Amino acid sequence: MTKENSTQTGTSRVKRGMAEMLKGGVIMDVVNAEQARIAEDAGAVAVMALERVPADIRAQGGVARMSDPEMITEIQKSVSIPVMAKARIGHFVEAQILQSLGVDYIDESEVLTPADYTHHIDKWNFTIPFVCGATNLGEALRRINEGAAMIRSKGEAGTGDVSNATTHMRAISDEIRRLSSMREDELYVAAKELQAPYDLVKEVATTGKLPVVLFTAGGIATPADAAMMMQLGADGVFVGSGIFKSGDPARRAAAIVKSVTFYDDAKVLAEQSKGLGEAMVGINVADIPAPHRLAERGW
Amino acid sequence: MKIGVLALQGDVAEHIASLGDCGVIASGVRSKQEIESVDALVIPGGESTTIAKLAKAFGVFDLIKSRIASGMPTYGSCAGMILIADQILDGGADQEGFGGIDAQVRRNAFGRQVDSFETDLTFAGISGAAFRAVFIRAPWVESVGTQVEVLASFNGHPVAIRQGHLLATSFHPELTGDNRIHRFFVDQLCKESSKAGI
Repeated sequence: MTKENSTQTGTSRVKRGMAEMLKGGVIMDVVNAEQARIAEDAGAVAVMALERVPADIRAQGGVARMSDPEMITEIQKSVSIPVMAKARIGHFVEAQILQSLGVDYIDESEVLTPADYTHHIDKWNFTIPFVCGATNLGEALRRINEGAAMIRSKGEAGTGDVSNATTHMRAISDEIRRLSSMREDELYVAAKELQAPYDLVKEVATTGKLPVVLFTAGGIATPADAAMMMQLGADGVFVGSGIFKSGDPARRAAAIVKSVTFYDDAKVLAEQSKGLGEAMVGINVADIPAPHRLAERGW
Repeated sequence: MKIGVLALQGDVAEHIASLGDCGVIASGVRSKQEIESVDALVIPGGESTTIAKLAKAFGVFDLIKSRIASGMPTYGSCAGMILIADQILDGGADQEGFGGIDAQVRRNAFGRQVDSFETDLTFAGISGAAFRAVFIRAPWVESVGTQVEVLASFNGHPVAIRQGHLLATSFHPELTGDNRIHRFFVDQLCKESSKAGI
């Protein structure tokens, strides 16, 4: 019979497993219950509840923080799919609050203004799993070492410019391939160079992949953008401003969902790219002065 | 015997790997043609609403439904369980599944992610040590028809059920590396139906 004392919550397997269930899916930024329902109807695997989408954070400036719990609760009530929410980098109390609300995943996100420029949240202290951004393999492994159960490659959020997402996705997979080709006695120095724990470096070298699910985020605005990230090796896609800053959000959302499933079928992608109306206007990452680039936050 | 894993969304690769450990070469299937070509199907964990919507959008929903109804051995884990149950409780207003097993399944019944857990289960039909079962925002079975066999329960709720050629679990054996449930599916459900000439 069932041994009740063998029951455990918040294990690595349960946290990382949750991300496995999101694979091949699209997670959409939403700012209210109505957008959350549109996302769910379009086939999103989860929604990210936040007060302002990155494009607005960028436009309006100021300090960006965790969303109002009332708004998060409202969104939780309105959809049956998982609801994620963002905490500031290093802001473990925002994370405690989000956990108490029962959000399904916490995004420790560079899109919000960092609360600690030295330390990230100690994510092992939580029952709830965390997803964190990374621009390279070393950063990804440092986050996993702190307890992240899912990684998203960073792009430049709120721009509609996919170039940074591409760079970082390529950087991560390139470094993984490099590790796989190394002799075992070379991994010690590789760990030093990556500034990542040796055990994780060795694990990646052996398996040829991250020990957690790898999504991509930042600047994805079209079905083709999403499919390209999948072809570059992402397990799934976060879309932020790209949907609700476009002309026809419901249609674009559904098209991106389908394009992530059929990411390697150009006929389907062509069909899904038709007549979507206006994409978000977009900003070229190169035009953003370096101090305002969000992807560079995190250490 | 060709086994397909429905590859619209979810942890497809893990099921393919688990079946591989049982000596079965399985592949992901998405298109009509691919789904028609397999003898048995695994519906993975994932988001049940997303999988159902994609199946409809790409015109394979009715095909899967009719193949399940006409005897194709099918195993669903978590979202897969929801999708092959005849009745879904706490689904979206318009949530529809493929159906097949005469059971009522309650979606997210064990709660949100903060309540997700792993535990040891006794599973009727597999021998040896207890099965380490991973439940993620998992459904449970609320009630079953007379033809349905309950293979495992947790806290009084059935979490693994079988009706003839159909098997469903609330939990994710594909995440544990313990392939006994996949082996049970291959040996007990797939081979039986291929003997019967279905």
